[in-house]
Amino acid sequence: MPELTLGSTLSGYAFLILGTVLVDNFVLVRFLGLCPFMGVSKKLEGATGMALATSFVLTLSAICSYLVNSYLLAPLGLEYLRTISFILVIAVVVQFTEMVVRKTSPLLYRVLGIYLPLITTNCAVLGVALLNVQEQNSFIESALYGFGASVGFSLVLILFAAIRERLEVADVPGPFKGPAIALITAGLMSLAFMGFAGLGGA
Amino acid sequence: MQFTVASSPHLTPATSVSAVMLKLLLALLPGVAVYALLFGWGILLNLVIGCLSALVIEALFLFWRNRPVKKHLGDYTAIVTAVLLVLALPPLTPWWLITLGVFFALSLGKHVYGGLGYNPFNPAMVGYVIVLISFPTELSFWPGQLGLFGDFSLVDTLQYSLFGSLGEQTLDGISSATVLAAIDNGFSQGLTLAEIQQQAAFGLLGSAGFEWIALAYLAGGLWLIQQKVIRWQIPAAIIATVTLLSAVLWLVDSSQYASPLVHLLSGAVILGAFFIATDPVSASTTRKGRLWFGAGIGVLIVVIRSWGGYPDGVAFAVLLMNIAVPMIDYYTQPRVYGHSK
Repeated sequence: MPELTLGSTLSGYAFLILGTVLVDNFVLVRFLGLCPFMGVSKKLEGATGMALATSFVLTLSAICSYLVNSYLLAPLGLEYLRTISFILVIAVVVQFTEMVVRKTSPLLYRVLGIYLPLITTNCAVLGVALLNVQEQNSFIESALYGFGASVGFSLVLILFAAIRERLEVADVPGPFKGPAIALITAGLMSLAFMGFAGLGGA
Repeated sequence: MQFTVASSPHLTPATSVSAVMLKLLLALLPGVAVYALLFGWGILLNLVIGCLSALVIEALFLFWRNRPVKKHLGDYTAIVTAVLLVLALPPLTPWWLITLGVFFALSLGKHVYGGLGYNPFNPAMVGYVIVLISFPTELSFWPGQLGLFGDFSLVDTLQYSLFGSLGEQTLDGISSATVLAAIDNGFSQGLTLAEIQQQAAFGLLGSAGFEWIALAYLAGGLWLIQQKVIRWQIPAAIIATVTLLSAVLWLVDSSQYASPLVHLLSGAVILGAFFIATDPVSASTTRKGRLWFGAGIGVLIVVIRSWGGYPDGVAFAVLLMNIAVPMIDYYTQPRVYGHSK
């Protein structure tokens, strides 16, 4: 992240978000969060709901884990408990999201089904929290990093779902049907995203 | 008396896949002719290698998938894919690289999705991007204008393509940076655009040699629109956005950004706008959608060229917009007659 040296300026923030959405896309470039990317991309509605829920959780958990890390773990010298405490924070945020979704939109709650609690194990969520510490991001940078990651995740998840709806009617040869062709498509998407390599950076 | 009984449809459409593809190949002829005249035998040899590999590979896949081999080979789509891929590659390319590119284009780009009509990505660009990422050094070697009757004969070209040897020629002697690579490298060396434009790669209008090829492609592309093989929306949108965006950047800071003319007449913009992005399968199918699709490609080309790591971005731009096509089609469905929106 060479942009972070500009950290305090607004254009630095814009580059941070743009870089996380396109250049370092969490799904297609960093290969994090592949399980929901494959699991919930069969229908556009489900994908949109999942994208919204994950975006909410990602941004919120990035903020919460930053707070926990710098005001609880660092002062007490408990950095070795980082991973486990981040998992705890994420689980709480997911539980909170689940309660909100259940109250506000029972339909979305039914569509998301098992996948909502599974956000807990979405590696992108833990990845964002840990990468924030590794990059030594400030509070605002952490929030923006989480937000950018969730926008990038949502973007490719929704576009992928639209492609997969079309693949349903394609005359795919037997051995490639289902997850195989989905993985190949994801690979080709990742190939296309390599075009953004070096954007704004070096 | 016997009558032949034919089942419907009784009116066959005037355009078939093979007729469209033949016209496309015909429209590429002037560009290829200028290319060969200026840059020597390489492109012709590559076209032969590409087409032969395409025929063999396509036949193999059709055979494996139990499809009528002869019928599908006769629609020329595999040939068109190979020709577009070869035109994107440098004129001096080892034969195995072309065959590999054609293999990936036809396998991952086309047949795993069920063949013609189902592929979400442009097959030629899938093949090109795969070899571009896998073999960057081979693909950054662009020869200068060797000429069809120059020192670098057909035998030399064959030797390079088949065995990778250059004979008495040296690599530096025949290679020449493309304009876009020169701009990319020049900026990283801290040169200004005016200094970079003194280099030999720049021609009268854009890129030396390539500008005339681009104009020949333009003529072929306009003929295709006149023949109603392709619609005007995608090429117009791409050219308009590339011109507009590069003009704005150029007016803001002409020492950092190349002029619109350089952008249009170098690299693969004209070829991409008329021949690659207009692929009827992987492009958007609605009228408004085509404009959005083309505009997106134009924006991405300028963005990747100006700020990205790769000198040219046409292939990536086409693939990236292919990803968005189902979404674009979804939101630009035309109003059904008799229904309000």
